[in-house]
Amino acid sequence: MGLFIAQILTGLANASALFMVASGLSLIFGVTRIVNFAHGSFYMLGAYVGYSFMQVLPGAWGFWTSILLAGLIVGLIGIVVEMLVLRPVYKAPELFQLVATFGVILVIQDLTLLVWGADDFLGPRAPGLKGIIRIMGEPIPKYDLALIALTPFVAFALWWLITKTRTGILVRAATQDREMVGALGVNQAWLFTGVFFLGCALAGLGGAVQLPKGGADLLMDFNILSAIFVVVVIGGMGSLPGAYVAAVLISVLNVFGVNYLPQSTLALMFVVMVVVLIFRPFGLFGREEVAGEHGQVGEPERPIKPAGQSARMIVMLGLGLLALLPLVGDSFIQVLITDIAIFCLFAASLHFLLGLGGLVSFGHAAYFGGGAYAAALLVTYAGTPMELALILAPLAAGLTAIIFGWVCLRLTGVYFAMLTLAFAQLLWSLVFQWGDFTGGDDGLVDIWPSEWASGTTTFYYLALVLCIGGIIILRHTAHSPFGYALRGARDSARQAEATGINTKHVQWVAFGFAGAMAGIAGGLFVFSKGSIFPNELEIARSFDALIVVFLGGVKTLAGGVVGGAALEGAKDYITRFEYWRLLLGLLIIFVVILAPDGIAGTLRKWAEKIGLMKREDRV
Amino acid sequence: MLEIKGVNSFYGKAHVLNDLSFDVERGQVVALLGRNGAGKTTTMKSVMQLVVPQTGSVTYQSADITRMPPHKVAKMGLGYVPEERRIFTDLTVMENLEVGRQPEREGTVTWSEDMLFDMFPNLAERRTNRGKELSGGEQQMLTIARTLMGNPSLILLDEPSEGIAPVIVEEMARVILRLKKDGLTVLLSEQNLHFAQAVADRVVIIESGTAKYKGTLAELNAQPEVRDTYLSV
Ligand SMILES: Nc1ncnc2c1ncn2[C@@H]1O[C@H](COP(=O)(O)OP(=O)(O)OP(=O)(O)O)[C@@H](O)[C@H]1O
Ligand SMILES: [Mg+2]
Repeated sequence: MGLFIAQILTGLANASALFMVASGLSLIFGVTRIVNFAHGSFYMLGAYVGYSFMQVLPGAWGFWTSILLAGLIVGLIGIVVEMLVLRPVYKAPELFQLVATFGVILVIQDLTLLVWGADDFLGPRAPGLKGIIRIMGEPIPKYDLALIALTPFVAFALWWLITKTRTGILVRAATQDREMVGALGVNQAWLFTGVFFLGCALAGLGGAVQLPKGGADLLMDFNILSAIFVVVVIGGMGSLPGAYVAAVLISVLNVFGVNYLPQSTLALMFVVMVVVLIFRPFGLFGREEVAGEHGQVGEPERPIKPAGQSARMIVMLGLGLLALLPLVGDSFIQVLITDIAIFCLFAASLHFLLGLGGLVSFGHAAYFGGGAYAAALLVTYAGTPMELALILAPLAAGLTAIIFGWVCLRLTGVYFAMLTLAFAQLLWSLVFQWGDFTGGDDGLVDIWPSEWASGTTTFYYLALVLCIGGIIILRHTAHSPFGYALRGARDSARQAEATGINTKHVQWVAFGFAGAMAGIAGGLFVFSKGSIFPNELEIARSFDALIVVFLGGVKTLAGGVVGGAALEGAKDYITRFEYWRLLLGLLIIFVVILAPDGIAGTLRKWAEKIGLMKREDRV
Repeated sequence: MLEIKGVNSFYGKAHVLNDLSFDVERGQVVALLGRNGAGKTTTMKSVMQLVVPQTGSVTYQSADITRMPPHKVAKMGLGYVPEERRIFTDLTVMENLEVGRQPEREGTVTWSEDMLFDMFPNLAERRTNRGKELSGGEQQMLTIARTLMGNPSLILLDEPSEGIAPVIVEEMARVILRLKKDGLTVLLSEQNLHFAQAVADRVVIIESGTAKYKGTLAELNAQPEVRDTYLSV
């Protein structure tokens, strides 16, 4: 009994920071409709800023002042980010916003590294609250009790702000109908900035307040990200009580999980989320998303057409060059191109889902990594030859996608995106924690191609043939009746249904198909590297693909491919710099703001302008 | 007071307002009449800059408000009551009014909650109810009251009589006449003539986004053929 109470208390204490961060995210989403992927970064900044203040401000007074200052400063940083990065993209499609906030993550990561260095900081203990108290014989840190006591006050203050003040009333009104609030004379721009300040300040507070329990390190941003998304999604996007209930639920479950199911603590949270979403698709306290609220900008899409004569020539020429490359290029170049080709197929498969299907999947790494792990496990446990493994990898990835897709496609928009992310994380956590079978963090090694394909050049040709073949299949599918049905389902589900297309079914098949294609890329990846680690399943990997599709331009079919080549190529170059994340992040932000059609899209526009390309002559 | 000159508005590629021009003079009630899909709502939105006209201009009290952000348009004294009401369903009646609150403005009435509850006694009893708990008629009153909290000089009413019970329609007519008496200017849209007959001084009839007829109500009544051509009576 004592242990039970102690665990509940620990869970409640852990829920404190989680609630602050998640409620900030929820507020921001509620009003601005932006899913702020950089929210974890503000949490991390809060920890670092709080830590620095605690070094100079003495005593208990200094400790708590530091926490407040951390919140304030992070809130101010949030204002800067909002004004510079988000204002230009409020009306843009969700993907643009997502990518912009991802750019912010990279920038903040490197700036933090720049300012505070690479070492982890152990959080100072709270003066006056250092000891423990025994409750029913179990030791409970005093600071935990302080956090448990503090959280209701924070929640109450927020509640008061939201329900009792004019600002709060405007915030709630804007959550429902921003345009109307504007038409009544309220300057939304400042309302948004204010909400962003508040949300980021809460994240900063959360980061600072957990210092005595967790400290500050450079991985905090991604580490908390999935937890806060899960909390916000379980609680219902935009709901504060929901965020509190879900934070407690997740934290308490987590504490019990550590004790009773140590193999699956990470997965537990996602399982809870999936179960909640199946029964309550918009979270415990959430409301249905109003369709069509997420404005799309830019020119109306042009019909896709098969490549014209000159485009075909260019592609043939490129392929010819690639085929001849081993004659001149050394093995380094061949390996680089192999990497790029694999990545292009991965990105193209996501592009198929996203550009054609309008299905913004945040968890596409699940199928890339899934295919890779399928191949690696087959080789490791069954001694499967490469040829068979490369056939089974896409099957496994496709099957996974069909299973995950069945659940995810019950939802749309942001919830769909979150659910795909959650499933990817679920897979990641299984692989990560089920070390006996998957090698866990140590990965699986010694997975090499068959004898005949083991030479760099042979493998180069193999990868090239499979990747380009895959891309061509994706392209042909896009132009097939199935591709048109998928576009129809994206543009006007009702119209498509009226012409006898089962839109959900079409999307489901597309999800599985794209998963299988990503699986081919994954399979090739394992054999090209000889090993596989859980990071191929991580959020960051999914984001890589999203960024690529985005950089390439969602609207052009060549987008995924051009973007993939550009990013892999740029990364190879850029990662030689110490602060490459900063560069890449800034680059991404600039592209979002300046070239919203992506690289391929913008190049095409330029080409058309100066007459290099006829308007219908697109790749 | 309000001048719409050569306005062309689009939704994507759909050309909805076609060189639309008409004026609204201070203190008048002008009815914008037209069939389903004629472009009445789009006209209202183009005045508020919720739809930004591609060409042409909207002038209000001799200031060009074209392309101004909507909140600034509202701050200049234009009050917008949308067709679909769009009250904040999760907010109480009092909170809905609070969202509309703006500082007092010279040359027009300054409304308080109490004055509005006098004008809409039904709302007074429901001040702590949430928007979603109100009847259609009450919601319509609340949208008007909410807009009046901004102390507008000119109020745009998009189909105020649509979908509400006949008794409430009568009340709505009384409210409009009362606003006129208080010195407000009103531009309202309607599909049919009955409601306009009761309140309007002048009418503008639009079809396919173009003004087909402008004149006083009396003049229109003398020309039944115009009425029959452009309106579904
Ligand atoms: N958001 C939109 N996107 C595309 N077309 C639209 C949109 N809103 C309106 N339209 C089209 O513009 C035209 C004018 O619409 P509008 O709503 O202004 O008409 P209305 O006169 O207010 O009609 P009603 O009496 O039905 O309210 C219609 O043909 C309509 O189909
Ligand atoms: Mg209308």
